[in-house]
Amino acid sequence: MRYSMPDGRRQTSGQLVTTIYALSSGRPPAGIAVIRISGNRAMDSLAVLTRKPLPAPRSLIRRWLIDADGSPLDDAMVVAFPGPASATGEDMVELHLHGGRAVIAAVLGALAALPGLELAKPGAFTRRAFDNGKLDLSQVEGLADLIDAETDLQRRQALDHAQGFLRGRVGAWRATLIETRADLEASLDFADEDDVPAAITPAGRKRLAALLDDLDAAMIDAGRGEQIRDGLTVAITGPVNAGKSSLVNAIARRDVAIVSEHAGTTRDVLEVRLDLSGVAVTLLDTAGLRPTSDPVEAEGVRRAITRADAADLVIVMGEASGRAGDLRVIGKSDLLGRCAGWDDDILYLSTVTRDGIDLLLDRLTSWAADKVVRSEPALITRERHREAITGARFELRSALSITDAVLAAEHLRLASSLLDTVIDQVTTDDVLDAIFSRFCLGK
Amino acid sequence: MRSFDVLVVGGGHAGCEAAAAAARMGANTALVTLRLGDIGVLSCNPAIGGLGKGHLVREIDALDGLIGRVGDVAAIQHRLLNRSKGPAVQGPRAQLDRKLYAAAMRRAIADQQGLEVIEASVDSFIIKPDGRVAGVNTLLGPIAATSVVLTTGTFLGATLHHGLSTMPGGRFGGAASNRLSATVLGLGLPMTRFKTGTPPRLDGRTIDWSRMEMQYGDASPVYLSDAGFVAERRAPLPCAVTRSNPAAHEIIRQNIALVPMYAGKIDGIGPRYCPSIEDKVMRFGDRDGHQIYLEPEGFDDPLVYPNGISTSLPANVQAEFIAAIYGLERAKIVRPGYAVEYGVVDPRVLAPTLALRDRPGLFLAGQINGTTGYEEAAGQGIVAGINAARAAAQLSPMIFDRASSYLGVMIDDLVTQGVSEPYRMFTSRAEYRLSLRIDNAGERLTPVGIAIGVVGAARRDRFVARNEAIEAARRLVSKLGATPNRVACAGIAVNLDGRSRTAAEWLTHTDVDWAAATKVWPELADVPSAIADTIATDMKYAIYLDRQATSIAKFRADGGLSLPEDIDFASIAGLSSEMVDRLTAARPTTIGAATRIPGVTPSALTALLSYSRRAA
Repeated sequence: MRYSMPDGRRQTSGQLVTTIYALSSGRPPAGIAVIRISGNRAMDSLAVLTRKPLPAPRSLIRRWLIDADGSPLDDAMVVAFPGPASATGEDMVELHLHGGRAVIAAVLGALAALPGLELAKPGAFTRRAFDNGKLDLSQVEGLADLIDAETDLQRRQALDHAQGFLRGRVGAWRATLIETRADLEASLDFADEDDVPAAITPAGRKRLAALLDDLDAAMIDAGRGEQIRDGLTVAITGPVNAGKSSLVNAIARRDVAIVSEHAGTTRDVLEVRLDLSGVAVTLLDTAGLRPTSDPVEAEGVRRAITRADAADLVIVMGEASGRAGDLRVIGKSDLLGRCAGWDDDILYLSTVTRDGIDLLLDRLTSWAADKVVRSEPALITRERHREAITGARFELRSALSITDAVLAAEHLRLASSLLDTVIDQVTTDDVLDAIFSRFCLGK
Repeated sequence: MRSFDVLVVGGGHAGCEAAAAAARMGANTALVTLRLGDIGVLSCNPAIGGLGKGHLVREIDALDGLIGRVGDVAAIQHRLLNRSKGPAVQGPRAQLDRKLYAAAMRRAIADQQGLEVIEASVDSFIIKPDGRVAGVNTLLGPIAATSVVLTTGTFLGATLHHGLSTMPGGRFGGAASNRLSATVLGLGLPMTRFKTGTPPRLDGRTIDWSRMEMQYGDASPVYLSDAGFVAERRAPLPCAVTRSNPAAHEIIRQNIALVPMYAGKIDGIGPRYCPSIEDKVMRFGDRDGHQIYLEPEGFDDPLVYPNGISTSLPANVQAEFIAAIYGLERAKIVRPGYAVEYGVVDPRVLAPTLALRDRPGLFLAGQINGTTGYEEAAGQGIVAGINAARAAAQLSPMIFDRASSYLGVMIDDLVTQGVSEPYRMFTSRAEYRLSLRIDNAGERLTPVGIAIGVVGAARRDRFVARNEAIEAARRLVSKLGATPNRVACAGIAVNLDGRSRTAAEWLTHTDVDWAAATKVWPELADVPSAIADTIATDMKYAIYLDRQATSIAKFRADGGLSLPEDIDFASIAGLSSEMVDRLTAARPTTIGAATRIPGVTPSALTALLSYSRRAA
């Protein structure tokens, strides 16, 4: 329990923070359009626009919206979400309008005329949710990914994270760690009192070992989340004139698969982004890479080469011999007089007749699915998570290998604060709370 | 009208340290107390120090404070707690003779130059038109003072409970300061109510000691003060341990409706780590016994303090359950236990100097700020006293930070987080625990103490001598070297990698302690053991201390960025109204303090950081 200042500062300070509004639904015209309002003037705005008492919280009801001069704006559905139990943690209102441009413009205009209201900047609602502790960092990252998601798998992963998948998992880890720390700290801070275990208990060691296993598993799986988020990369290599560009172009012409294409600075398509059953895959044509004197282009070429080197899969075209795991493709099957198809792990295809292209896409799809699709969502989607968890593993191992209880406690404290960087912050209060809730300490 | 630089109201642990510190710094100081006889009274158990608390005592001692020195004089036994657990968490504890302690404290106060003790009842403050407190009004007339330190303990709006009967008062036999209480309440500060309790006092002559497990002090004591103790002492007294049992618990359970807390008569919040026996029985019902420490109240005092059974049951029920306890069957209760409910000020209204932010010139220290314990009170007292004297001399505030002292940890916790229950120090509160040890309290704080004039000549000379010895010993261990073979020859298991290392490097190894090192380098035997301990610990913790030093540097770089005293959080772009509320309530003076306010989000901190960088 913490007590608050008794003078109702919330009202006075609140007036200095603006109330924001914006069209939150897609581009008009549409069947309906949703305008959201958030801030301490949201409820007033609704009352002014409807000229009626506020509806019951969280119930969608029908109301006429009325302009300042008394003329009707729209026959709308409205809903009020009083803070802090709202998406942003502030008072919020949603106006569901008829989705015509003029309707939306008129209502936005009416809102603009109200005192203390201002049009929201991009991301402002999320920002307020974060500021008010409605979302943690990992959820904000998930939301950002959700908005950027191009494929179904990306969408599902982002949604899992936005809904707190990582927060939940890290929260559970953190609870384990705090429980063990509480035992240990109690043995240090209440050494001469009864009922307190000495040093890390066997049960605590077991908990930490299990936690370490979890972290190890998350790290083994670490690449997957980033691969889903950033997509897999497939590089096409091979000697000049093997048909690399033709292959990319042939795939690119199947516009159903294409996500986007970036034209090379000088000529050819350099890369094609594909959605292969939900997995984002970028196809890199190294044929587009050639020496250049233009410094800007040279930097682009250098980066593309680095990416091709780091590709998740290499397609070797022509008679060149690849490395183990490379996919070998021979184009111009039509000129060779061969049927398109697999023969001794080599795919023969024709970019002219387009025979065999579907076989290649099938193979790429199953390869991509094998690589990243699991029933369990990926936990780690960013370098930031990876660093924190790597650090926490190191600290946990140190804690388990050291005999000095004070130093073990130091390692556990560092492990806690590293895990906390993934979500939010911990105070020593959490540890003390855990101690007091479980021990009877008297002296 | 009489006039002082610093006037301290109250003669408890906070008041004595505050008054003595201000006087040591040369401030013309008055200590005003309701009764001269209340100076130096130990109102709870007769012991000082312990884990975390012993650290505070050593830090107060490093600033030449009283509690350690006075405690050592009055000790009936000394024990170093956590002896087996490593130096960072070891704390000295002394069992005290109540009468000797009060007498020694009164003597220390009387001997302090520039400190006048006045027996008077303070009714109200003299407040200037600008809101500044400029002294106090007493029954004897007004007394002017540039700084006033208020240390009223549990006496603010206090109620005493035993059984279902209540009476006003903050301590048995202590008159409540009603007018002053009303005056403080009249300041309009945010307040809450806490609860504390004491056990019944027993007549030691009626306890069957022969059936008890005795607990003796250490044979070679570690003292509360690093000055040690040289005078003739009487033979130490032991304590004893017994346990409550199911029969006693049953008596408590049957009478639980008579406990004011359970009858709904107390709504103050008690400390979770010091529960009453009725709380233990009700909350930990599965336990068939709780330890009871029988602590003698003095060399020539038959009273015994049974630590662990504080209670507010009616006196007859107390007698009944005491009689059910092993060894206490015929024990006579001299004075029943009772609970006290008292008002505390939300310490977030204080600056880290412990001055009220909105009421310059008025400092609060001790239990009034929501802490519990003599050591916590004394620690705030010395900080408030130092700052009251500096404010009176128009000098800059002296702020203790988390990285260099438990004093800093405590005050930062209080003024940024507030209190949700009586606050007690634990070593786990200190994130830089490995650096904040009892053996290096002097190194951490005495130089500062010397610089601001709170440390007297005797301690200064001792510190300088110790510092020279430490530096010499550090040079020695950096100079001496040995190959692994030579170390192994001394019988120490080390990895024979052929690489020669300095003694300092060898000491970082787990298996190389000072005694082992002395076998390799006999000249180390000449280093005094207190100094050897500090160096060996620094070496043992070396990699951790380096890491902490990096984190401390970062804490000071970012966390040290200060926010102006009169900051208007509502005017800072990017802060939500909730963040503005939280920040306004705690009013952090640095970014570091802001990070420790519960519920303040990272993005709010970012906004503050960019604000303070711009302001800097």
